[in-house]
Amino acid sequence: MLFFFFLGALAVTTAVMMIVQRNPVMSAICLIGNFFALAGLYLLLHAQFLAVLQIIVYTGAIMVLVVFVIMLLNLADERNLVDRMNIRTTFGIILSAGLLLELAVIVFTRSYPAMPRPIPTVAGAMGTVEGMGAALFGPFLLPFEITSLLLLVAIVGAVILAKKRL
Amino acid sequence: MDVPLNYYLVLSALLFIVGVAGVLTRRNALVIFMSIEMMLNAVNLTLIAFSSFLGNMTGQAFVVFVMAVAAAEAAVGLAIVIALYRNKPTVDIDGINILKW
Repeated sequence: MLFFFFLGALAVTTAVMMIVQRNPVMSAICLIGNFFALAGLYLLLHAQFLAVLQIIVYTGAIMVLVVFVIMLLNLADERNLVDRMNIRTTFGIILSAGLLLELAVIVFTRSYPAMPRPIPTVAGAMGTVEGMGAALFGPFLLPFEITSLLLLVAIVGAVILAKKRL
Repeated sequence: MDVPLNYYLVLSALLFIVGVAGVLTRRNALVIFMSIEMMLNAVNLTLIAFSSFLGNMTGQAFVVFVMAVAAAEAAVGLAIVIALYRNKPTVDIDGINILKW
């Protein structure tokens, strides 16, 4: 319980910091902290493999890519990109507040019947590499293979888009 | 010791809302990408929480696919940002309006 509140507070704080941060590099660092907090939450939920995967894929691959692009584009001159309080900002905040209200209504008005939490040993065996492999190569084999195709298409698309000229 | 499912859902909703606010209010295209990643992560947290509480493997398998899609989206999106930057040296989304009529 204590760990949950600590990690949850860390996740929300870094998320808010990421939004209000002016410098994109600082936002990226805050987002990395957010991903680490989420990986800790996955561990609390007995999803060990996904926690490791979260750190490897998100903080290891995606954020490196993002930071690389930030550095590549040399955004020093963009640092003073004014985020003035224009009509769009106000509108955006109002819209997100409305969405928050809706989600709060959904979460709190529904009564969740006390779900029988699976026995820790069963839950623990579920999130291991063995459990994930049994799921991914069993009932989810076709989506898994399609995902590889998606990644291939993404690689080709990224290379073509980023090329200087075709 | 056991954290109720509600708490995870509320935390996930909060993270999602922060991501939405980032997409709607920020003008830096890269920060918008990061906000989208954060929204995907919030949904991942919901999926894993339900998966763990229901003892069902489907949620965790979905998270793997979501991560793959997020990686693909990041690669293609950043390539688009680089291509745009080459045409017009800015990442300010208000400055990028060539698709507007």
